[in-house]
Amino acid sequence: MEYSEKLMELFMNPKNVGTLDEDDPNVGTGVVGSPACGDVMKFQIKVDDEGRITDARFKTFGCGSAIASASLATEWLKGRTVEQALQIKNMEIAKELSLPPIKIHCSVLAEEGIESAVKDWHKKSGRRADAIANVGKR
Amino acid sequence: MTVNLPIYFDNNATTPLDKRVLEAMMPYLGADFGNAASKFHVFGRRAEAAVEKARCQVADLIGAKSEEIIFTSGATESDNLAIKGVAEMYREKGNHIITCMTEHKAVIDTCKYLETKGCRITWLKPDEYGRVTAEQVEGAITDRTILISLMAANNETGALHPVAEIGKVAKNHGVIFHSDATQAAGKMPVNVETMGIDLMSISAHKMYGPKGIGGLYVRRHGPRVRLAIQMHGGGHERGKRSGTLNVPGIVGMGTACDIAGSEMLKESGRIATLRDRLQEEILNGLNDVALNGHPTERLPNTVNLSFAYVEGESVVLSLANELAVSTGSACSSESLESSHVLMAMGVPEAMAHSSIRFSLGRFNTTDEVDYASERVVEVVRRRRKMSPVKELQEVFGVRGT
Repeated sequence: MEYSEKLMELFMNPKNVGTLDEDDPNVGTGVVGSPACGDVMKFQIKVDDEGRITDARFKTFGCGSAIASASLATEWLKGRTVEQALQIKNMEIAKELSLPPIKIHCSVLAEEGIESAVKDWHKKSGRRADAIANVGKR
Repeated sequence: MTVNLPIYFDNNATTPLDKRVLEAMMPYLGADFGNAASKFHVFGRRAEAAVEKARCQVADLIGAKSEEIIFTSGATESDNLAIKGVAEMYREKGNHIITCMTEHKAVIDTCKYLETKGCRITWLKPDEYGRVTAEQVEGAITDRTILISLMAANNETGALHPVAEIGKVAKNHGVIFHSDATQAAGKMPVNVETMGIDLMSISAHKMYGPKGIGGLYVRRHGPRVRLAIQMHGGGHERGKRSGTLNVPGIVGMGTACDIAGSEMLKESGRIATLRDRLQEEILNGLNDVALNGHPTERLPNTVNLSFAYVEGESVVLSLANELAVSTGSACSSESLESSHVLMAMGVPEAMAHSSIRFSLGRFNTTDEVDYASERVVEVVRRRRKMSPVKELQEVFGVRGT
């Protein structure tokens, strides 16, 4: 499998690996994928009072593309509003990392992981972000 | 500790050419270029003499007679010739073939092809160690069974079937027994007489010989096995496999067999010691690692481990500049299918995704084992820190260390 330099860099030195406090009402957690399929991604976001993501973390069971996709997604999440977070599309991740066609599903998983974390944050915080309307439409 | 990186622990995929083999081949890539079928000049006769010497060397390694060896392009062709050759030749006697789910694709896909041509295939399911029993084989035999095809040693796990017992069952029922011994030959004693094998596939490049050359043993007496020709042409190899002989390859294969035969006893002991050391050092350094394959009924050079919570490709990729190994994870395959061998053994899919095969060989050293085990432990620990272990705990059916 030929991977791009950018992907390998993020795979070897991923950013934002770790966990946030799940009990914090401002933290949303999403776990997507299945171990039987060889990919599980866990995303966590911390959202401030303005609905802006101040921190994002991930943990991934998966191949090189999965780890790099998750890492890139967390980088892109920081500083965005939850509404903007939901606009991150898998093909942007795939393009940025030059994912091989057979690995596109890794970027799809990252997109789903973001949605799942935002959904959880919404549920926990009880706040309505404008973006919520878009959640779960897929 | 001095090691040259990357370390090669993928000897079940292929082996480096032994310098002695290369040396023996060189004249036949140069001045002695003759066609072994040219009987009337010295160029041809020299080539033929070299081929016949090599044929004896190959036969000696497996306890056969030289006239029972057919040279092919490799074990895949040997498997095809053996299985299709029997299926076609004995069509009137029957159409039933017994094999196992853990065979190499060269056997599996050949059998699947024959299924489309009217053959009935019994796919034996192995036990959790990847082995079948002679009783299982016997239970599958019907009066329409014409062939049993079971590998001597598995390429992914090194698991050994009880080949000699299966050979007895085959003989008792008058069924032809083919064994793909690609991995076993050269690594452990293999004997067509004591194991009751009628057809046996072997390959040179798995035992420090060149690629593109292999052999098929075809029993001539008790019973005489006949094969429908698969490669038509000039009638080489007693008409069983046409095509100008690959003389340098054949000479290389003969020499590789000769070396394997004379050094096997010492070498397999040395490699087993290295393999055991590698396994032990890794298991001592990490929790939640499972051995895939049988702990003792196994090739001396192979250890296949599943590292819970980390996907195989991520480990292989992390070590790519230091260590050459392979994984049964679907993520590293073009088809995105997990190892069919581990699946057949009932290994949970998540654990199959986490499997790494280490296959050692003639040129590996203790220093390499120590370096590799230390790095594997480090990398798995590091990758586990990136893995959602808590969320995965339930799905990893770890069998303990």
